[in-house]
Amino acid sequence: MGQVSEVKTEIKSFSGVEAATRDAYGEVLYKLGLENPDIVVLDADLSSSTKTQKFAKAFPERFFNMGVSEQDMMATAAGLSLTGKIPFASTFAIFATGRAWEQIRQSISYSGLNVKIVATHGGITVGEDGASHQAIEDIALMRVIPGMTVIVPADAYETELVIKEIIKYKGPVYVRLGRSKVKAVMPEDYRFSIGKAYAFSFGKDVNIIACGVMVSEALGAAKILKEKGIDSGVINMSTIKPLDEEILLRAADASLIVTAEEHSVIGGLGGAVSESLSSIKPRPLLRIGIKDTFGTSGSSKELMKYFGLTAEQIAEEIIQSIRDA
Amino acid sequence: MIENSGSLRGSAPQSDIDYLRNQARLLRIEILKMLAEAGSGHTGGSLSAADIVTALYFYKLRHRPDDPLWRERDRFVLSKGHAAPLLYAVLAMAGYFDKSLLKTLRKLGSPLQGHPSSKSLPGVEVSTGSLGQGLSVANGMAMGLRLSKIEARVYCLLGDGELQEGQVWEAAMTAAHYKLDNLCAIIDLNGLQIDGPISQVKNIEPVQSKWQAFGWNTFEINGHDMAQIVDSLDRAETLKGAPTVILARTIKGKGVSIFENKVKYHGVAPTKEELEIALRELGDGVPEKSQDFSGYK
Repeated sequence: MGQVSEVKTEIKSFSGVEAATRDAYGEVLYKLGLENPDIVVLDADLSSSTKTQKFAKAFPERFFNMGVSEQDMMATAAGLSLTGKIPFASTFAIFATGRAWEQIRQSISYSGLNVKIVATHGGITVGEDGASHQAIEDIALMRVIPGMTVIVPADAYETELVIKEIIKYKGPVYVRLGRSKVKAVMPEDYRFSIGKAYAFSFGKDVNIIACGVMVSEALGAAKILKEKGIDSGVINMSTIKPLDEEILLRAADASLIVTAEEHSVIGGLGGAVSESLSSIKPRPLLRIGIKDTFGTSGSSKELMKYFGLTAEQIAEEIIQSIRDA
Repeated sequence: MIENSGSLRGSAPQSDIDYLRNQARLLRIEILKMLAEAGSGHTGGSLSAADIVTALYFYKLRHRPDDPLWRERDRFVLSKGHAAPLLYAVLAMAGYFDKSLLKTLRKLGSPLQGHPSSKSLPGVEVSTGSLGQGLSVANGMAMGLRLSKIEARVYCLLGDGELQEGQVWEAAMTAAHYKLDNLCAIIDLNGLQIDGPISQVKNIEPVQSKWQAFGWNTFEINGHDMAQIVDSLDRAETLKGAPTVILARTIKGKGVSIFENKVKYHGVAPTKEELEIALRELGDGVPEKSQDFSGYK
């Protein structure tokens, strides 16, 4: 079995940088490849999109292009981990979690194997490719598997920290990344650890719990709400499983809890938060996300608006919800 | 400690073949006893592959039952995980754990789960049971061993009904593409699946030309002829540049007349009465012949 590897954490190349989370992944994977000979990477004919290509070019003997065979890829990754390697398996989120769900359940998670599934193109910000390629169920699909850790980084910098951190953890991890550029939101002194959420602030009236690209939108919404006299906080719940219940309990002091995710409102962050809060501290909850419908083609910017995920729309929905209460 | 060497070439001496045949007979007895005790489980497919698995564990595999995670060991993946009783019985006979544990098969709290769980039992390399995934896992092991410059080999046993799973053919392409000559797949071609004869449910033939077309070396053998099994495993090891598959024609339920070629015994355990008949046929209690097996040290 593989040993836990020491990884240098002083590289901060993506701090403050507006970039797609997949770009940060490609860079940090390459850097880790230089340091750790046990890292191997598998891709299913999408290495130019998932950004594993840089690793592939630098370490061809440690890169396995599996072709368009996601199920085979996941189970092969399981086998590689059984010889002490640390496999990173990448493809689009819909194929990783949908097509290969049972391979992840049976061959990886049931055996408790050290496979890192880093999927890109999560959510509707995939854009023009449309619903077939927009995973809005992946968080739910991964969260339900026993023993799986689920992480959705908010920006490129957090992605860098996440990838470095999950190598130190021995066990299956799912990381959801995006296609489109995201604003830098995490402060330079931020350090990621699995299961620990980050609170930008706590509000008396509203706390917005967000993940991924929605953290940036939530921060925008909080600003708008503040101008309208509504005291709002924002929490980046980048680890969706295990959920940080400590921070959730604190956030639940506010009159309204809001979850915001680029995912179905069923089973994802909103699902996790409502399952948890309903047993530890019931609170009125507003779940912002894709409302049980498929995605559609369009630019990512247009789609954010189409699905009501922009800062302005979140603020509006929160105001409406307070009014209706 | 069993540590078979892979250096042997050609056919094994007759005395060793006799020893392996007797081990297979004892293995079948253990399988049937544990299945009858459990009251459920897969009889037919455990018996059909008993000779192959005997040859692997008592002849071919370089392994250390007292050190199951020995880095240099050969790996065995039971892709047809429903033949779990076969795996458990051979692991117990090889000394991975006490034989008394076999009585706990399928019972609450037992490490002997209905289908193999690697988390609970030493010697089980990976959890299997959902068909079609084992060959991919075996490929990954073969890739990892090669990267680590470990000369160990990987063996993967598949069922023939399992060949209906698309992932098997994805994995077949992968093994050939990456020239995994440290990998040997064995297909237990017993011809039956749960709903009936494979030829009627969904035909998989011609099997040999399919694997050849996918770029594999192939051997077609009688999966109950110990000399053929041993010889094909030895020859597979000498072939370089491509993976090898041994297509073993077998009889489901082999070794016990009342179970042979019966669709019903795919997933049904023997009753007490059936067990008695079976043990009589297999000569349970008959003293073992002289143990002059060299073990290929």
